[in-house]
Amino acid sequence: MAGTDFLEMSRRGLMTSGAVASAVAVVPLATPTPAQAATDRLTPSTMPVSFTVNGKPERLVVDTRTTLLDALRENLHLTGTKKGCDHGQCGACTVIVDGQRINSCLSLAVMHEGGSVTTIEGLGTPDKLHPMQAAFVRHDGFQCGYCTPGQICSAVAMLGELKAGVPSHVTTDLASPKHSEAELRERMSGNICRCAAYPNIIAAIEDVAGIGQKSGNKA
Amino acid sequence: MKPFTYERAKSPADAVVALARNPGAKLIAGGTNLLDHMKLEIVTPQHLIDVNGTGLDTIENTPDGGLRIGAMVRNTALAAHPRVKKDYAVLSRAIVAGASGQLRNKATTAGNLMQRTRCPYFYDTNMPCNKRDPGSGCSAQGGFSRNHAAVGGGANCICFFPSDMSNAMNVLDATVEVMKPDGTMRTIPIADFHLLPGDELPVKEFALAPGEMITAVTLPKPPGGKHFYRKVRNRASYAFALVSVAAVIQPDGTGNITLGGVGTKPWRSAAGDAAVPKGAKAVAAALFANPTATDQNQYKLKLAERTIAAVLAAAKG
Repeated sequence: MAGTDFLEMSRRGLMTSGAVASAVAVVPLATPTPAQAATDRLTPSTMPVSFTVNGKPERLVVDTRTTLLDALRENLHLTGTKKGCDHGQCGACTVIVDGQRINSCLSLAVMHEGGSVTTIEGLGTPDKLHPMQAAFVRHDGFQCGYCTPGQICSAVAMLGELKAGVPSHVTTDLASPKHSEAELRERMSGNICRCAAYPNIIAAIEDVAGIGQKSGNKA
Repeated sequence: MKPFTYERAKSPADAVVALARNPGAKLIAGGTNLLDHMKLEIVTPQHLIDVNGTGLDTIENTPDGGLRIGAMVRNTALAAHPRVKKDYAVLSRAIVAGASGQLRNKATTAGNLMQRTRCPYFYDTNMPCNKRDPGSGCSAQGGFSRNHAAVGGGANCICFFPSDMSNAMNVLDATVEVMKPDGTMRTIPIADFHLLPGDELPVKEFALAPGEMITAVTLPKPPGGKHFYRKVRNRASYAFALVSVAAVIQPDGTGNITLGGVGTKPWRSAAGDAAVPKGAKAVAAALFANPTATDQNQYKLKLAERTIAAVLAAAKG
């Protein structure tokens, strides 16, 4: 799959060679087993769970402790979604579930039965980038890139929230939140960028939102 | 994380039955607080009951002009609800002053009411903490306590209560609707829901009995007036309060004020409300009659008074 190969090449592929990219195609599905009870505090309990990831139905059997983040990365090998703090503080693991951005590290995989998950791999492909991905490239909205998948998933869903009239801490009139740089900055505060690429991240989001003066060259 | 078994409840009655059957169980809704604690093994439930499918996710008008908010209504949905924005703006403002967009999309009304302390010693399992390990001691007393409560502290705990949403619910005189283990209902006034730590062990936090589940929070008819949620913190966004002021101020200068960040629970009193027309100094004097501040968090009492003053000045504008 072209989209996956591109994203694999970005970091992981460089470190671990092409073997990783080919492993992505293998669906790591264990033989389904009935839910096992944790008879003592050391026995893991496993359960089947089914949800859609980037439009593709997936069925996994997971230890109940598996977060959605770990299921995506370790079971489905969708390593675009990053593990930063693993405690909901950094936003690197942001994915879109049933239309809403969430921290995938603070959600159990088994809590998403029947759900629909969109990760960075599902937003665009190298041939056809999502407008937000293209804007991040155009505006150089990253340095190391580790927070970028989370930033982009967050930004895409965030603009939807703004459009739906969800207020923020800096909204003056609760009845009708308006686009502004202050609004975008506040709404993106759950995504930390340790390189501090914030000015360019905001420029990229403003570009997609159709506001601001910093529109760069078209890719 | 310790292993646990997991089930999904299809109704509140289903959930309380499952709770009764599994004494070591926890209910999980948004999971943004509980899973954080489970990863750190601050709490180690043997069984989780997922209540996301219990259907408690609607906001309805009540016959007396108020609002009944289902326990599973997400913080984002609540803050963005047209009637909340219009009639209970302090609640919208308080919710969006807390956490991040991602967390608010998952966090629920009931879960936020039961948000647990952000005391660093509660989080550090190597340190004594009476709330986590009753009888082990309170590391904040004599430790780093700049962020801790300056009022309402007890012999065993001085941690601050972190939920912004709860402060607004408190100033709006909300009522918490609870299902008991036998399936019958009871209600708890919000002022009685959050508990002072007191001097006994274990440290109490919420007025829920074992096996009970919150099903809804009800707001009385809109209070009118101007609504404010002013939060002072170490950074502009995505940080817990040092001090916050939830206020509903009427045109005649009367009003209700609940403070966050400064107390071990949402901090409000009848005397504090009665002092609103006399100004911030009088309100602070009434609310802080018996401070329990440490040298490191004494500043919160002054900061709160000044933040109240800012709110009262804005109310006149």
